[in-house]
Amino acid sequence: MVELSLVLSAILFSIGIAGVVVRRNAIILFMCIELMLNAANLAFVAFSRMVGIEGQVFVFFVMTVAAAEAAVGLAIVISIFRHTETVDMKNFNLLRW
Amino acid sequence: MEHAFEPTLLWAVALLPLLGFVINGVIAFAAPDRKILPTLVGPGVVGIAFIIAVINFLGLRSAGIHEPFIESYWSWMPAGNLQVAAAFQLDQLSMLMTLIVTGVGFLIHVFSVGSMKSDPGYARYFAYLNLFVFFMLVLVLGANYPVMFVGWEGVGLCSYLLIGFWFTDPEKADAGKKAFIVNRIGDFGFLVAMFLIFTNLGTLDFVEVFAAAPGAFAYGGVVVTAITLFLFLGATGKSAQIPLYVWLPDAMAGPTPVSALIHAATMVTAGVYMVARSSVLFALAPVSMIVVAGIGALTALFAATIGLAQYDIKKVLAYSTVSQLGYMFIGVGVGAYTAGVFHLMTHAFFKALLFLGSGAVIHAMHEAYHHTHRHEDAQDMRNMGGLKKYLPLTWGTMWVGTLAIAGVWPFAGFFSKDEIIWRTAARAVGPFEGWFTLFWVMSLVAAILTAFYMTRMMVMTFHGENRTGEKERKYLHEVPKVMTLPLVVLALLSVVGGWINVPHALAELPVIGWIPHSEWLHDWLHPITERADAIIAQNVGGPAETSPVGGGEAVWALISLAIAVTVIFAASRIIGARRYVPAAEAPPPTGFFRVLYNKWYIDEIYDRIIVRPVVTLSRICWRFIDQGIIDGLVNLAGYFSRGVGWVGSRFQTGQVNTYAFAVVIGVLFVLGFVVLR
Repeated sequence: MVELSLVLSAILFSIGIAGVVVRRNAIILFMCIELMLNAANLAFVAFSRMVGIEGQVFVFFVMTVAAAEAAVGLAIVISIFRHTETVDMKNFNLLRW
Repeated sequence: MEHAFEPTLLWAVALLPLLGFVINGVIAFAAPDRKILPTLVGPGVVGIAFIIAVINFLGLRSAGIHEPFIESYWSWMPAGNLQVAAAFQLDQLSMLMTLIVTGVGFLIHVFSVGSMKSDPGYARYFAYLNLFVFFMLVLVLGANYPVMFVGWEGVGLCSYLLIGFWFTDPEKADAGKKAFIVNRIGDFGFLVAMFLIFTNLGTLDFVEVFAAAPGAFAYGGVVVTAITLFLFLGATGKSAQIPLYVWLPDAMAGPTPVSALIHAATMVTAGVYMVARSSVLFALAPVSMIVVAGIGALTALFAATIGLAQYDIKKVLAYSTVSQLGYMFIGVGVGAYTAGVFHLMTHAFFKALLFLGSGAVIHAMHEAYHHTHRHEDAQDMRNMGGLKKYLPLTWGTMWVGTLAIAGVWPFAGFFSKDEIIWRTAARAVGPFEGWFTLFWVMSLVAAILTAFYMTRMMVMTFHGENRTGEKERKYLHEVPKVMTLPLVVLALLSVVGGWINVPHALAELPVIGWIPHSEWLHDWLHPITERADAIIAQNVGGPAETSPVGGGEAVWALISLAIAVTVIFAASRIIGARRYVPAAEAPPPTGFFRVLYNKWYIDEIYDRIIVRPVVTLSRICWRFIDQGIIDGLVNLAGYFSRGVGWVGSRFQTGQVNTYAFAVVIGVLFVLGFVVLR
């Protein structure tokens, strides 16, 4: 049971990474990040079977932080969209040299 | 008769001229056109200082103390075991120098009132001159080498400021720089000597150094020889001896009273004073004494030959000064410290007189040319001639100076120069007999040349036909009283100045013997020179009774007197018979005379072997080493950083995906490392 949960967690995480690396849409990027966070949450829950209740407590923290992060992140995306009328990451290269 | 002696206001002697400098300096900045206050303050402070010095002199004379009086003001450099106090030392030698500096200095200040009165920099001039007197007094009164060095550098600064007094003329400004830079070489020697003294004796106070030196240094030892040679290097710079004499003739670019005060009477004798002050050290180093006397003799002869062929009246006197300074160094070099200081004193009188006289002549010439708006050289003797009619008082006093410098009895130079020449002959004993005999002959030849070029100068300037010009002639007239008065006083001193040290040996002679033959100066300076005299007497032996070719002191005094008189007569005949034409029409000099006229091409040789290589080396250092290598390395570091930065910047795409990809790759690496290890 634990092994299966961890395998699922790894698959979800990899999908998340692949999404962050290859996709350009900011919203999809966000979803991928959420996917990675939840993959980690799944791993926490799975391990809490073996280790103890702390893993499940941690998941709540992660969810709180993820919610806050999603709120801030979406706000940024909206304000960027107002500015440039696009959410394509290709256009956001202000960090370049 | 020895009782407690307290100097009166010793600090005031030095501080009064400094006060004068401050007042005149403020006037020079605030109201440069004011003439009355500088006229009162400039000579006034020096005059008061002279009066205080005389009071001190009378006190010191009646006290008859043997040990120097030291007045310490504050601890100047307390650093570990180096303790240097700002202290003045009053003894017989510094007393004498103080009297010369303030006395002759006062007369020259008075003369300046007349000769500088129409100069726009009047207050500035007196400010510099007062500052010079202050530093000169610090130099002679200092109780240790560092205080002396402060004065030494200070007079050098004032010399620079006054040579370049008319700084708008680049040639004059350059002459000032030349004097300053040449003196730096000498100052290096002085500094090294001070370091050596401190490392070996642990003190720099005169009293302690001279008390410790005979015990600490072996006679003729390497260290004491090195110290004295470095000290002498300092002296050759300040006192214009070979090889560093080249700045002094150029220093004539300054106002003539400056030449009289700084470049004849006082500052340039500082080297002689320093050697006389350090007599104990020099007495311990026989090789150094040979060097001092040898350089002195060579300079005396060499400068005299150049003096034969100059047309500029001040250049003649400049080379004459270099030559006479050579005599002083012969004196202190043969161990006749009294004779050297004696000649220093008499030379201060008659050379100040001659320079001020030439200043009066130039002043008159300049005014005459000024009236007719002609731009002829007011200093060229070929433009003079026959000035006796127009400047009778200057003519008379300058002849007194000429007779004094040529060594005619009973003028001052006869006694002082003759004593030096005689003492050189008397030192031709012991291991260096040959050297001293050579120096003696050189000094005799130089004496002949001295009489010749001085007579030539007088005849060309004052006798024969006037060559100034038809229109100018009626504007030639005697200079004002404020200028002739110092000439008369100095002329009197040039006559009687030598009488304070008439040798006992001359007492037996008829006529000459009537002057009180007391050797007063010798006795006066005895406390200063006795240690050195004892060292020399112990290691070399006393002076000889007869010269290397026979004859005693009195005989040679008569011989040199006869030579001087003969040469003066011969020279006045030879030069009187010549027909000179004004400088503008004169043909260029030819033959050997041209070599002398061009000063043996020494300036050109120095330019070729020292100045130009230094300039070339500096250019290499600048263009190749500094701009090429040093700047190149700095720039290379910059270019390298920039290049690396450029390469690194290519990775910054600004795309979040790229960064995320890099992070993932990095995490995989770390994970792979952790798992597979």
